[in-house]
Amino acid sequence: MHAHDGKTMNPVLQLLIEGGHLSAAQMAQVAGISEAEVDAHLEQLKKEGVFLGWRPVLDLSRESAGAVRAVIEVKITPERGGGFNRLAERLSRFDEVESCYLMSGAYDLLIFVTGPSLQKVAGFVSEKLSTLEGVLSTSTHFMLRSYKEGFFLMDAPAQPSERLKVSP
Amino acid sequence: MNRFIARHVAGLPKSGIRDFFEIVAKMTDVISLGIGEPDFDTPWHIREAAIYALEKGRTHYTSNLGLLELRRAIASYVERNYAVGYRPDDEVLVTVGVSEALDLALRALINPGDKVLYHQPCYVSYHPGVALAHGVAIAAPTRADDGFALNAEDLEGVWQPGCKVLMMNLPCNPTGGTCDRARLEKIARFAVEKDLIVLSDEIYSELVYEGPHTSIAVLPGMRERTIFLHGFSKAFAMTGFRIGYACGPAPLIEAMMKVHQYSMLCAPILSQEAAAEALARGEDGVKAMREQYHRRRDLVVRRLRGAGLSCRAPGGAFYVFPGVASTGLSDRDFAYDLLKSQRVAVVPGTAFGANGSGFVRASFATGYEQLVEACDRIERFVNTAAPCSAPSPS
Repeated sequence: MHAHDGKTMNPVLQLLIEGGHLSAAQMAQVAGISEAEVDAHLEQLKKEGVFLGWRPVLDLSRESAGAVRAVIEVKITPERGGGFNRLAERLSRFDEVESCYLMSGAYDLLIFVTGPSLQKVAGFVSEKLSTLEGVLSTSTHFMLRSYKEGFFLMDAPAQPSERLKVSP
Repeated sequence: MNRFIARHVAGLPKSGIRDFFEIVAKMTDVISLGIGEPDFDTPWHIREAAIYALEKGRTHYTSNLGLLELRRAIASYVERNYAVGYRPDDEVLVTVGVSEALDLALRALINPGDKVLYHQPCYVSYHPGVALAHGVAIAAPTRADDGFALNAEDLEGVWQPGCKVLMMNLPCNPTGGTCDRARLEKIARFAVEKDLIVLSDEIYSELVYEGPHTSIAVLPGMRERTIFLHGFSKAFAMTGFRIGYACGPAPLIEAMMKVHQYSMLCAPILSQEAAAEALARGEDGVKAMREQYHRRRDLVVRRLRGAGLSCRAPGGAFYVFPGVASTGLSDRDFAYDLLKSQRVAVVPGTAFGANGSGFVRASFATGYEQLVEACDRIERFVNTAAPCSAPSPS
């Protein structure tokens, strides 16, 4: 269990990256440490700002989810001293914003937003986002359907393994 | 009808695994640690390459030896990872898995009555493969207290005049045993002294957890008397593609190719295309899988020891081979009772030869959650085992 720089990787982080959904007790068994140590590792990762928290992975494009998602490309004016940070951090505080990234290329920020309806999301863009000083332009793309979300494939219902139960 | 069946085929025992499979197949809710293949699906980029090849109409025969691009990739992979060089033109043969390569090698080398040394416990097809080639198989033991490593002394102990071939599988299915360089050097000297051809089945060689893997082919005097056998099933999780290869001195590969040409003709082209993709871009995936197997190995060894079984950490492959004698049960009764009472399948050690008696094979090619649950059940079983007897083997 080594990170690329040769330092031993946090064993809990390793398991989190693998993407299983193990309980603390199961992580403890796999890593060969106590549950208290698992908790301590999680605390450490939180302190380092690597582990931010747990969220379920949902397919919000399902009708039953009653949600609309959009991805918005935003061009903004960088500020002397602060660059893009002040405005990006300010935008990120809106509840509608799921994620916000500074990008290389044709625009500056890529923002993922969620709302209960197309009108609500459009309202957020026209009233909040584009009216902010420093926002030069926005380009909003509504998401129509998910095919993969957080490493989960949508069209792959859980199937029983096709492996033979015993093989040489 | 039996009178029509060839004597050497009629004389083969049924696979001990087959026997156990029949019982498990009829049960539900079983956590099976009896599976000899990766639980990982073949990485998508490899599957996608096969689909692409199909779309492009790559559906014809290939050269008997296999696609030249693939043979080149194999030669370069083997040189890089095992430090032995083979010429893609006449020293590499692409086969339908290592299974076919073993069969080809035995048929190409063995005259009726020639003797073949192998180590036991071992993969289920070794002994029958020799018998099908009209050879005589002679087993050397490997031992738990020695990490199931292979020792030249044990080979010497069973050697007889007329021995022509030594078959080795390191890391070993079912024991996970490996061999350090010092032991291999002794085996190499033994092979040279006795003028043996070595069939070295290194199918698990990417899945090694302690120290580097050394192929016997790199040792002095060995390249010219070794047929290096390898494939894609385990490390690249490609069992169903049935694709492997043999590398060796040109005259031996030529002889194997003759048998291959008149029986298989060539390995399926789609599998060859997939294999080329695996070699071109698959090594990161192998590393990620190996790291996960490594964690699972440590988990299972720790838990089985905690349950009171004697369990050595295997140096390679994805099997543990714990001793079950402490429970007072035979390996067969242990496996049968565990299955019945706790719904966990492991394979009795005797399925891998008489030397496997008193051990069971448990595969850790299964997800963490299932492994944890299976270990809980095994622990319960060992603590409360109320032996009932297994039906006698048919």
